[in-house]
Amino acid sequence: MTWDSTTVNMLLLGIGETLFMVFASSLLAYIIGIPLGIILVVTDVDGIKPIPVLQKILGLVINLLRSVPFIILLLVMLPVTRAIVGTTLGAKAIIPPLVAAAAPYIARMVESSFKEVDAGVIEAAQSMGATTWQIIWKVLLPEAKPSLLVGAAISITTILGYSAMAGFVGGGGLGSIAINYGYYRYETEMMFVTVIILVVIVQIIQETWMKLSKVSDKRIR
Amino acid sequence: MEQQNPIIQLKNLGKQFKTSNGTVTALDDINLDIYPGEIFGIIGLSGAGKSTLVRCINYLETPTSGSVIFEGVNLGGKGQAVIRQARRSMGMIFQQFNLLSQRNVLQNVCFPMELSGTPKKEAVKRAQELLTMVGLEDRMKAYPAQLSGGQKQRVAIARAMATNPKVLLCDEATSALDPNTTKQILELLKRINKEMGVTVIVITHEMSVIEAICDRVAIIDQSHIAEAGKVSEIFSNPKTAIGRQLILGDAARQVALGKDRQLRIIFDGRESSEPVISNLVLACKTPVNIMYAETRDVGGTAMGQMLIQIPEDETEARRIINYLKTIKVTFEEVR
Ligand SMILES: Nc1ncnc2c1ncn2[C@@H]1O[C@H](COP(=O)(O)OP(=O)(O)OP(=O)(O)O)[C@@H](O)[C@H]1O
Ligand SMILES: [Mg+2]
Repeated sequence: MTWDSTTVNMLLLGIGETLFMVFASSLLAYIIGIPLGIILVVTDVDGIKPIPVLQKILGLVINLLRSVPFIILLLVMLPVTRAIVGTTLGAKAIIPPLVAAAAPYIARMVESSFKEVDAGVIEAAQSMGATTWQIIWKVLLPEAKPSLLVGAAISITTILGYSAMAGFVGGGGLGSIAINYGYYRYETEMMFVTVIILVVIVQIIQETWMKLSKVSDKRIR
Repeated sequence: MEQQNPIIQLKNLGKQFKTSNGTVTALDDINLDIYPGEIFGIIGLSGAGKSTLVRCINYLETPTSGSVIFEGVNLGGKGQAVIRQARRSMGMIFQQFNLLSQRNVLQNVCFPMELSGTPKKEAVKRAQELLTMVGLEDRMKAYPAQLSGGQKQRVAIARAMATNPKVLLCDEATSALDPNTTKQILELLKRINKEMGVTVIVITHEMSVIEAICDRVAIIDQSHIAEAGKVSEIFSNPKTAIGRQLILGDAARQVALGKDRQLRIIFDGRESSEPVISNLVLACKTPVNIMYAETRDVGGTAMGQMLIQIPEDETEARRIINYLKTIKVTFEEVR
């Protein structure tokens, strides 16, 4: 392996593709996962608006999706991906399966963050005549914010891990480089380089989101 | 006070919880009338059903039988909108304060006004007034984590008062505070009652809280109201075992200690100038042993109680009891 401009450009492109895949799918997965997490908590038997049947069914669907191995999900999602994105190759094409894998996971993360909100505070809001919506917007979300940000650090880095697997189906990004060079061509050096870059990205995401959580939390200081 | 219509009426109120281990009866056949402007105490031991009772008043808990009537309106079977409106007329404060941890003091007090749609400017102005009233005008930008327990409870009181409620429900509001802070918070509640005419309902397990601020009290024991009435009357003449236990407090332990017959003499402030015990000893020519004595401030009057041991001898004991009857001192034989 030589450090010429083609190699560097290829790595830079890989980093760009990986970041795009990870952040685009994280964003979409959160857009789906947060409402699901809210429904899981709010409609729970001892939630603020119990609808146990809905809660149980949703919980079951989420568990089912979560138990499908990602590599299977990648294949199963192929037709869906083609319908949405128009292709099954490249960074864009990996976003639908990533979202499908991450959204249920995020729903559970969000659920657990909301469950940490002090029941007494919710009760106080109810005693002031708050509606269910007001409790969600003005109590659950703001009070759970620091915990949601810690959860995001974990979720985004998990999505990054999944995105590296996309290499096997021609998904692009650093994962593809690692697989194409390291696995198919036995250029282990290149594989190490991409792995190190992935480690650094994980580190940066983890640190940034933990910091965001800490700065936003008014309980410490 | 009693000429007015009650602001809150509880009629045959019952609450049962269905748990995996069967049904728990938390409240059974509770009947209470609470009048506008009074400070009403509800006292009982842990698990008696106090919290459940207060949560039924603002329908945080739906009663399983009987009714809650607030300002003449039965809250039973009403829609959520009616219940929410009623809740806005009843502020509530808690043992654990329950402030929003991610909002500062001012934002916490603005919170209920945000819920009811008060314009921001107006809300901030009212919040500032309330925080000045509770003595926290210099901590408006602080977060709950930066406040002491007493300060947190002041914020909670300001917050509960933000929507101009007619009733303030206090569930063990001072139980997490030290005696000094407790006193200050109780004084604040009394001031709110006097100056703003708010009806205050105080839930506690401490008789001292009832004595300090309540006009009337209900003693709740094992899901039932054991007795209810004016604090001074219940204090001088508790009719139930649980009433005696709560009022005697430390004295109850003294009763348990001695083996002999004991009398509990109650002083309600009038005869404090008379040396009752010395006169008794001189008149009856029998020595008595003072086991326990204390004076308390019950609703502004000094009330005292004393436990004396009386002789085993039946005639001597009779003589002492007759003497106490003739000088019209309130007393009871503890055993
Ligand atoms: N949600 C619930 N589910 C089942 N049982 C309950 C529930 N809430 C209260 N209880 C039961 O009802 C009874 C009364 O409880 P409550 O909390 O009203 O007592 P309390 O007088 O406030 O006690 P404490 O002084 O300890 O706060 C207890 O036996 C309790 O276990
Ligand atoms: Mg309680």
